Parts: sequence; structure tokens; C-alpha cells
Amino acid sequence: MNLKEYLELVFTDYTLRTITLGTAVLGAICGMLGSFAVLRKQSLLGDAISHAALPGIAIAFLIIGTKNSSVFLLGALISGLIGTFWIRGITSKTHLKSDTALGLILSLFFGFGMLLLTYIQKMPNANQAGLESYLFGQAATLLESDVWLMIIITGISLIILLLFWKELKLLLFDADYTKTLGFNTKFLDILITSFIVIAIVLGLQTVGVVLMSAMLLAPAAAARQWTNNLATMVVIAAIFGASSGVLGTAISASHNNLSTGPVIVLVAGVFVLFSFIFSPGRGLLFREIRFRKNRNDLQLHKTLSFMYDIARTHENISHPHAIKILNNFQGFTRKSLQELEDKNYVTIEGTMWSMTESGFRTASNLYNQLTKEGNE
Amino acid sequence: MSSAQIEIQLIASMVAIACAIPGVFLVLRKMALITDAISHSILPGIVIGFFITQDLSSPLLIILAAISGVITVVLVEFIQKTGLVKEDTAIGLVFPALFSIGVILIAQNANDVHLDIDAVLLGELAFAPFDRLTIGGQDVGPKSLWIIGTIVLITLGLLLAFFKELKVSTFDAGLASAMGLSPVIMHYGLMTISSITTVGAFDAVGAILVIALMIAPAATAYLLTNDLKKMLLLSVIFGVSSAIMGYWLAHILDTSISGSMTTVLGLIFLLVYLFAPSKGLFSVLYRQKQQRIEVSLLTFLLHLGNHQEEEERHVKHLNEHINWQKVQSKSVLDLALKNNMITIHKDIVTLTKKGETFTTEAIDYIVDNKNSEIENMKDRFFLFRG
Repeated sequence: MNLKEYLELVFTDYTLRTITLGTAVLGAICGMLGSFAVLRKQSLLGDAISHAALPGIAIAFLIIGTKNSSVFLLGALISGLIGTFWIRGITSKTHLKSDTALGLILSLFFGFGMLLLTYIQKMPNANQAGLESYLFGQAATLLESDVWLMIIITGISLIILLLFWKELKLLLFDADYTKTLGFNTKFLDILITSFIVIAIVLGLQTVGVVLMSAMLLAPAAAARQWTNNLATMVVIAAIFGASSGVLGTAISASHNNLSTGPVIVLVAGVFVLFSFIFSPGRGLLFREIRFRKNRNDLQLHKTLSFMYDIARTHENISHPHAIKILNNFQGFTRKSLQELEDKNYVTIEGTMWSMTESGFRTASNLYNQLTKEGNE
Repeated sequence: MSSAQIEIQLIASMVAIACAIPGVFLVLRKMALITDAISHSILPGIVIGFFITQDLSSPLLIILAAISGVITVVLVEFIQKTGLVKEDTAIGLVFPALFSIGVILIAQNANDVHLDIDAVLLGELAFAPFDRLTIGGQDVGPKSLWIIGTIVLITLGLLLAFFKELKVSTFDAGLASAMGLSPVIMHYGLMTISSITTVGAFDAVGAILVIALMIAPAATAYLLTNDLKKMLLLSVIFGVSSAIMGYWLAHILDTSISGSMTTVLGLIFLLVYLFAPSKGLFSVLYRQKQQRIEVSLLTFLLHLGNHQEEEERHVKHLNEHINWQKVQSKSVLDLALKNNMITIHKDIVTLTKKGETFTTEAIDYIVDNKNSEIENMKDRFFLFRG
């Protein structure tokens, strides 16, 4: 199947179209709200909440007795919120740290959910089949109505984000200041946390409980590398999320036996890896290049100032010296010497070097700077 | 009880012990979530090991899985060191990626592999007694009992051998390295043991519920004691008792054993969280309320001490002046009266001698701000508390 055929299929085939659209919207909302989670250092909250949502789904099924994804979402939302506020309660009222609280809620809720799921499985009721798909997610079960629900919720959260943009931004970077300005920080906090919970719950059906946290984190973590501006970061994260949804769906659709959820997560992981390495501002590659350049500069200056020390003792600064005498000095390499010549600081003739006028001036400035700093 | 039932409970208890011991140190070192990461990311190790050995309980599998656990830790630390993202984000990025690789590997070979993700993640303790270890044709018990038993022995041995070192490096890493104990070795040693335990426990209780068995008993014990030895003991007790109770709960409800073990753990934690003496939710709330009243009392007495004029010391006036509600001012007045700090004569409040000394000392305390004094002072002055 080539790209053109695939694209045609996306527009004609109902299932593929629904899944592609669904994962794209999901990726976008996760990226958007995930940016807040990452910046608020709540990265792993996503993991805890997605696990904590499981008992909610099971209880919702026990109550209504049939499968209905919007009721499940409600159940998941409620138990996710209970989990979130219990985590808050543990960290604020006891001396247990947030990592312990997260791990506790995650595993205890999940275990309880498993208890309920196995209980449901033993029930004489044919409707329960497919409840497990919430564990690992099954994008193929997405219906058009689910996608509409996602789009509506994304729209609502976008509006809320825009309405409270200034407040949320302030809360993100300086919570104390926000409070002194008279904003209701508790309300804002609950607002943004609830929306993060909603985004997580939305994704459960598609990528599942276990991998949901990555959906939330990865686009935001990748976007963080490209900008220091919150608005830009949110937009980039949404784009990264949506494109990993689309690409992941495409890859898994064009191969046998590739489940969509894990592929989406891996694609998002590739985005993160790429951003970590190649982002111009913070990326590892450019950081290494800058680091090397600085080190070379430093060596160059060291060599230059050493030359200056020698040249200074002579009346004629351009008096030639043997390159050999530089040997006992560490910063000297053939390359750095060449570079000095390129910059017109020295001239080289055979095995001799001599300082030029401009090199002497630069070096003396360098020297002045150094001594001045030393005196201060 | 049939012998299979006894064996299941024995395996569950062993798993609980094996998890509780490293769990205590992980909770104390604020690294509880690394178990979350490890338990997910051992999946690719298990899958690759399974491809090689075709046997879910071979030692090679455990070694490979433990290696992938340690790789996770190394990766997480590498990402943290680059400073590109916050530390918890690093955990959240690494394990889903590794887990996805594992899931895809399984799905790709689903046809010729008897390994399904549910079994790895959720485990099935009920089948553990059927996989028996035979030595020289003789049945010596379930295989997983031997595996987890060995892990418990190793963990206990290491705990006894390095107890002092572990204790020092957990509570004071600086002191530990000053004493010549390498924090790096301690750290990776603990990580290796955690990975091995997670792997050993996965086919019994499943990879996710290992997290519960590691964190929950330790966290519950931590709410009850501040003594490391007691904490270790308590968390082992909590682990084992929830393993056994969980088994019977599962027996009654006919549900997954690991799920009901976790549920029991959750209930125990909830009870302790609510009712633990001095650290539980209720006693914290009670203490906070008491402290609020004490502060109010102090404010009230200071106000009295500062004003000699009668109209400032009128009962009604106090309501308005310190801006308290009626109920609160009444309870503060009552408390002060009960403790003989004030006398009320015709609705005019006057400090007694005791009240005056208390106020002066309280001001001294506020100026010096030494924490230890206030407790003694409270004991000396208070007969009744709010």
C-alpha cells in the first residue's frame, strides 16, 4: 500500500477515518493539557489517574449493566477525580511524599479495578466482553459518536483555556503571586486538574490505561524543547500530539498485528527523542556543539595569551619564534594555530610564528580583561 | 484447605515479604515511582527472554528482565541529568516507550508465543501450583515458590548484611559518602534488587500489582512508626496479612487473587490513613483544630495584656475587636476560664496572675522562636485543651 492509496482509504473507509480523526483529536487535547501537567510537575499524575479510572469504569458497568462509553467516561472521571483528590489529601495531611501517594493510588485503585473486572467476568452476562479493552486500549472500537464527544470536549477545554489563559499562566509560574493578586488559586487548580483528568479519561478507550500517561507527557515534553513561550508550547504540543496520533494510526493500519496504542506512544517517543537531540536552543546536539566551540575558543585564547606573554618581552612584537616553544603548553594544537592564522592574529613561516599587530592588540585586550577581573 | 491452597498462600506471602523489604527503602528514598517504571519496562526483557527460552520461569528470563529494569533506571537518570525535563517527566517518558516495545513484540509474534500481556501485567496466582519443579523425578513443590523463596532469601541476606549501610545512605547520603560508602553502589544495588523482585513476583501477582505490594505496606507502616526496624517489620506483617486475607476474599468472591490482595492492602491503608495515632488524617485534623484554638487563645490573652482600659476588655467588645464569630469567642473564653488564665467580673475580662506569666512567656517564645519551648510551656500551663 503506498501513501496515495492510504490517503484515499483514510477518506473513504469509515473505520480508518474515525480512528485517524479520533487519535488526532486525542493527541491534540492531550498535548494541550499535557503542557500544563508537565510544567506543573504533575507528569506522573496522568499515570496515576489513568489507573485510578479503572474501578470507575467497572462500577459504571455494574450499575447500568451494558456497555455505554459515555457512562463509562463518567464513571472513569469520578473515580479519577477521587484518586486525584486523595493524592492531594495524602500529600497535604500526612508526611508521605507525592511519589508514594501517586504510587499508592495508582496501584490500589488499579488492583480494586481488577478485582471488579474479574468479578464482572464471572457474571452470567454476555455484555461484559470488551471491558478489558480499556486496559490496553483498542482504537478500533472507536465510533463516530466517540469522536464527536472528543471534539466537543476539546472545544470546551479550549474555550476554558482561552478564558482563563492569563490566570492559568500566572498560576503555573508563580502560584504565590497569583494568590496575593486575589485570584482563587484553589478554583484554578481544581479547574486545570479536572481538565487533565478529562483528557486522560478520553484517551483510555484508545490507548488504554497503561500507556495513557505517555500520551499526556510525550508531546508536551517534546514541545518544551522548542520554545520558552507557553502559548507556543501548547500549540506545538497539540501539533505533535495530533501528528503522532495520525502517524501512529497509519503505521499500525498498514501492518498486521500492530496495536494502535503502543505505536502511537512510540511515535510520540520518537518526537521526544528528536526534540531532545535536535532542538536548537536546548537540544543535546547543539549543546554539545556549543560546548566544544566554547572549549576551542578558550584554548585559542589561552594560546594567544601565551604568545602575547612571549611577544611582549621583545621590542619588535612581530619577532619570529619557533613553534616548538609552544609545545609545553597544553592549549596548543596545529588546528588552533591554523585558526589563529586565519583570524590574522599570527603569521606562520615554516616552523616559526610571529605575532601580527591585530593579534597583539586582541591579546593585550584579553590580558587587560583578565587582570581587571582578577583585581576586582 | 487443600495443598494447592496452602501453596498459593505461601507463594503470596513470600511475594509480599520480598516486595515489602525493598519497598520500605524506596518509599523512604522518595523513589516509589521507580517501581512503577521498572514493573512496566521489564516487559521487553521478559518477552525477549521468553523468545530465547520458551519458558516463563527460567532464570535467564529473570536476568534479562532485571537487566531491562536496570536499563530503565539508567535511562531515567540519563534524561534527568540532561536537565531537559523534570525528573518525574523522565520516568513518565521512559517506561511507556519500553512497555510499548514489549507489547508490540508480543503482538508481532502472537501466533507462536504463549505469552499474553494480561498474564504478564496481572498475573495468575491460581495457576502457580500447577507449574511444578521436579528434581530427579521427584516433585519438590511449585516452581514459583522456589523462585520467590530464593529472592526472599537473597533480599533478607543482603538486608542483614548491609542494614547499617542502607540505613545511613537512606537517611543521610552526605554522611554515607563521607564515611566511604558509595551511594552509587547502594543506589544501583537497591535498584537491582527491586528489579529482580519485580520480575520474580510478576508471574505470581502481575507486574502492576507488584507496585502495590512494594509501596502500600511501606507507606502504611510509615504512617505508624518512625523507626526503620519497626517499619520493616510492620510492612512485612501488613504485606503477609493482606496476602492471606486477599486470598480468602478472592476465594469467596471468585475473583482475581492479585486484585483482591491489592484491595485488602488498600483497605488497610485507608484505615491507617484515617485513624493512625498522631499521623492519621483524623488526628492531624484534630491537632490542626487544637492549634488553631491555641493560637486564638494566645491572641486573646495578648490583647488583654495590652489593654488596661475597661471598654477594651468587655466581653462583647472582644467579639468585634478581634473579629471572631460568637461561637469561637465563647469557646476561647471558656477555655481561658477553665485554665484559670482570666477572671470575668461583670462582663469585664481580667488576666489572672497565671494568665500574665503565660502571656509574657509566650511573647518571649514568639521573639526567640524556639520550637522546643512551646511544648513544655503548654504542658505547664494547660489543664484543659480545646
